[in-house]
Amino acid sequence: MTSSQLFNITTIAYFAAMILFLSYLVIRSPRVGLIATLIAWAGFAANSGAILARWMEARALGFDQAPLSNLYESIVFFAWSILLFYLLIDLRYRQRALGAFVLPFAFFGMVWAQFGLNDAIEPLVPALQSNWLTYHVITCFLGYAGFAVACGASIMYLLVAGKDGQKPSGIRALFPDSRILDDINYKAIMIGFPLLTLGIVTGAAWANYAWGTYWSWDPKETWSLIVWFIYAAFLHARFTRGWVGRRAAYLSIAGFAATIFCYLGVNLVLSGLHSYGG
Amino acid sequence: MNSKQPTFFQVIWDFFCSLKLTIVTLILLALTSIIGTVIQQNRSQQEYLELYGKNLYDLFETLQFFSMYQSWWFLGLLTVISLNLTACSIKRFPRVWKTVTVPLLVPDDGHYKSLANGAELRSPLPPREALRRLTATLGRRFAPATITEQDGKTHLYAEKGAWSRFGVYVTHLSILVVFAGAIIGNIWGFKAYVNIEEGTSTDKVWVQGMKEPLLLGFSLRCDDFAVTYYDGTNRPREFMSILDVVDGGREVISDRKIVVNDPLSYKGITFYQSSYGPAGNATLKMRVKVRETGETLEVSAREGEHVPLPDGGSFAVTGYAESYERFGPAIQMHVNTPDGRHGNPFIVLQNFAGFDEKRGGTYAFTLLDYAKKEYTGLQVKKDPGVWVVWLGCLLMIAGSIAAFSYSHRRIWVTVEEGGKGSIIRLGGNAHRNQPAFALFFDELSQDLGKELDA
Repeated sequence: MTSSQLFNITTIAYFAAMILFLSYLVIRSPRVGLIATLIAWAGFAANSGAILARWMEARALGFDQAPLSNLYESIVFFAWSILLFYLLIDLRYRQRALGAFVLPFAFFGMVWAQFGLNDAIEPLVPALQSNWLTYHVITCFLGYAGFAVACGASIMYLLVAGKDGQKPSGIRALFPDSRILDDINYKAIMIGFPLLTLGIVTGAAWANYAWGTYWSWDPKETWSLIVWFIYAAFLHARFTRGWVGRRAAYLSIAGFAATIFCYLGVNLVLSGLHSYGG
Repeated sequence: MNSKQPTFFQVIWDFFCSLKLTIVTLILLALTSIIGTVIQQNRSQQEYLELYGKNLYDLFETLQFFSMYQSWWFLGLLTVISLNLTACSIKRFPRVWKTVTVPLLVPDDGHYKSLANGAELRSPLPPREALRRLTATLGRRFAPATITEQDGKTHLYAEKGAWSRFGVYVTHLSILVVFAGAIIGNIWGFKAYVNIEEGTSTDKVWVQGMKEPLLLGFSLRCDDFAVTYYDGTNRPREFMSILDVVDGGREVISDRKIVVNDPLSYKGITFYQSSYGPAGNATLKMRVKVRETGETLEVSAREGEHVPLPDGGSFAVTGYAESYERFGPAIQMHVNTPDGRHGNPFIVLQNFAGFDEKRGGTYAFTLLDYAKKEYTGLQVKKDPGVWVVWLGCLLMIAGSIAAFSYSHRRIWVTVEEGGKGSIIRLGGNAHRNQPAFALFFDELSQDLGKELDA
């Protein structure tokens, strides 16, 4: 099977899983939740296979490069990272409702990649020919994936913890307990933050190797630092009364918005070193 | 210091120890950093005036928005965060140090009550036997215990991951180390550039913002520069320079190939492949055919130079394109008549030797070879602080992994004689990830209970 067929299967699976997770919120049937999770696993397998297939396809063209070199490839890797992170959280917490708030990130990413982006395999320009590319991209995107899961949990948290002391009703009754959502939010960021740190460090090491400057306040670098500041604030907020709960959830959502801007906005809107990503 | 009116020093100290200050400063740093990504940094005054107009320009200039990462207020925020994390760490460190180095070996009632996890077990076994089994099980399931006897009771203390308490301080320290590295680089390092024409050498480089070049103390020669392309495309595959280092009249490094992502270092100075360009005029080899007689001659010329022709006229090549339309390399040239009149320019294609025959005129031209001399553009850097920065990064990663992924788990057990056997009191806590520890503690106390039954 070619990578593009596998990517189609991935997108369809993420769509089906997303719909099933949303239905689960309404129907409240554990079986639906289980099927949704199994389909999410199948989509993740297809996504993994597709990335491997694309790697092989690039090699067959004579390019020795990991499939992480342009916006298309990074988006599908981002979707993969989100699923990896989500599925690990699911193994631990078994909060199926969370899927309804995390799968959409992966699904819309895949749709955008497949319908809006150029999927041609192109060889790397000299600056990108480095093993640092692989380390840098993998660490950054695993970090981003943690923030995506945290953002999904935060949105749910704000929905559940809407009114103080009031028991959530309707669909929201099926949401995980607000304390669990708060915990997932924190744990996901706790894992994502060191990964982002490592991503920034590997990027700095690479820049130092390629251009002799580990930090140049390029917009991409600066935005990664902005994201880092927000999550550093989030982690410290954990220890202060008054900065937990709703405020922490807002910080987490703001952090993910900044992450998305760092990832896409900078490439599409601002100019700088990473503009080749567009 | 204990009076009700806090001293001035204490007010300042409390201000810098505050966690709220940390959160607010981090958010302020995040928000203000955006400015520098929206307003392009370090451009010319003229560009800014065109873009923003006089009034906005004056405002932004006053606020130092045009080089904001070096502005007093941004550096001020970085100073505040540094002081803040230093103060916080100094305030909390001694207590943590004591917790780790002088663990509480003899817990009292109050201590057990303060712990999040606790259990009380009874055993028919005499205290000595109970203690033996507890020590063995605790050692096997958790960690070897320290035994302390006091007032007829025996206390066991076991801990794991005590070092992870220091993760947060290592992380805080790492940020200061990174800053220190950056400052060292700024004071004792430099960034410069140099262009070296193929076949020539240089011993000086130009530092940014300085008028006089900097002497390297050795010289660098460029033997060759080349760009290679991916087959059938004009996507560059590699920019490559072949460099030699000559120090004290001796060639110490020979034929070192440098490419982007593979620089050359010598005596703490590193050279990075960064740009390239044409150096001087290209040399051409042409074949000129006199149409009437069919006689041909081959000439070498430099681009732009007038080359005499047999009839007293001359020709000159004025332009070159690597790819003209879709016909490959081409030159633009013209012929001057013997009385010096300038002829119309025309195109000669390298890949189509007979092409110029069709033009008519006295001569037909063929381009045999076109060689352009190039220079290689190198970034030159000396940064003695870079290793300090990497050390800081390493500490940061290690520190944050220790701080987030591990926790200091402690278990206390007190055994005393009671009833016909022993009474055993258990307690434990973890400084992070309490839910997971609670599960572990419940399991452990059940296991210990089973041991004590038999």
